[in-house]
Amino acid sequence: MESFLALAGQNLISPIILSFALGLGAALARSDLSVPEAAAKALSLYLLFSIGFKGGVSVAAHGFDTTLALSLLTGVLLSFLLPFIAFALLRLLTNLSALDAAAVAGHYGSISIVTFVAASSVLQGSGIPAEGYMVAVAAAMEAPAILSALWLAARAKPGSTDEARHDGGLMREILLNGSIVLLVGSFFIGMITGQKGLSEIESFIVAPFKGVLCLFLLDMGLVAGRGLRAARGVLSTGLVAFGILMPLIGAVSGLGAALALGLSEGGTVLMMTLCASASYIAVPAAMRVALPEANPSVYLSASLGITFPFNLTLGIPVYMALAAAAVGG
Amino acid sequence: MEMHKAKRVEIIIEAPMERRLTEALVAAGVTGFTILPVLGGSGRSGVWSREGQVSRAGGMVAFICILKEERLDTLLKRAMPLVAHHIGVVSVTDCDVMRAERF
Repeated sequence: MESFLALAGQNLISPIILSFALGLGAALARSDLSVPEAAAKALSLYLLFSIGFKGGVSVAAHGFDTTLALSLLTGVLLSFLLPFIAFALLRLLTNLSALDAAAVAGHYGSISIVTFVAASSVLQGSGIPAEGYMVAVAAAMEAPAILSALWLAARAKPGSTDEARHDGGLMREILLNGSIVLLVGSFFIGMITGQKGLSEIESFIVAPFKGVLCLFLLDMGLVAGRGLRAARGVLSTGLVAFGILMPLIGAVSGLGAALALGLSEGGTVLMMTLCASASYIAVPAAMRVALPEANPSVYLSASLGITFPFNLTLGIPVYMALAAAAVGG
Repeated sequence: MEMHKAKRVEIIIEAPMERRLTEALVAAGVTGFTILPVLGGSGRSGVWSREGQVSRAGGMVAFICILKEERLDTLLKRAMPLVAHHIGVVSVTDCDVMRAERF
């Protein structure tokens, strides 16, 4: 227990997590600190390219194996299934309508790529290697949860998803959203060019990564803090409890899956993080198109205002300590 | 200077609906319109701002188009099914234009 707390505490004071805390605190204190929109976009493009590329290089070095295919399949299955647990938990803890609960649930089967990137970086900083193909698992987990949410919504309110069913462009938009295209594209570039390609751009891709991530998380802290301030009227005790409990349930599901797959300690942390995180980019946009009657401030408050800061500050250190206990010995 | 009567339609809608509304306007035969980013505002859900929005999901865009009165119904018939369930505002006002052939 002592070593568990020591590891969790050590991860809490990394520059990445402290940068996020700075942004969060500044926004809550109503500071005028801000990162220009275009700069934040550029930072996220850099991070996605870097993480995808390095994942591809890692797969090129270690080759394909059955665990890769099984991990992808498991990721897709978990993304489909987690919204059902989230929906049941929301109905238990909150008085949200079935439609709102379905919309929120969809966010919790999908993933937050920023949380994934932060976890990867903390692992790297701790010298814990992880399977490079977890980037592909992250990409594969983004969309299936949306289908589960639409099914739950259709069951809750027949006719609510008719518009979505007739909108063929929705799934294309989800699967081809910019983050996924860049992540998967850079993954394949890394896989094709391998170590030689990495050494050509290493000074750009590897060295500045952590500093860029600190700045990006400073901005995400500001975003989450503003989101929390704006969400005051929406956040009930039940929704806050859900926002903290659901990532823990997701992480335990991820831990079970990772142990069954035989992933490394680092891979286990990433699988837990993916299952614990909630989308706040791709799924909210999809929900606005597919379920316009669902209240956007509820799902954005839960995923961005509660679960995202929880995962970055406490979740990742806890998942690392749990994975170390379960896998690392 | 001779002026001609026209209708000015302004639709403020959620950003994720931009492509769909654009397609609806084109399908309605509207060849000229302008799309503007909305910085922020206040509505039934309270004050909001584009600043700090992490995705397009929480943003809004404004469509502005000016057209001859006889084409207004076609536009609204195409646009309203999309707008009906979404957060936003639709307004139609009378206006005067100088070059009628452009509308």
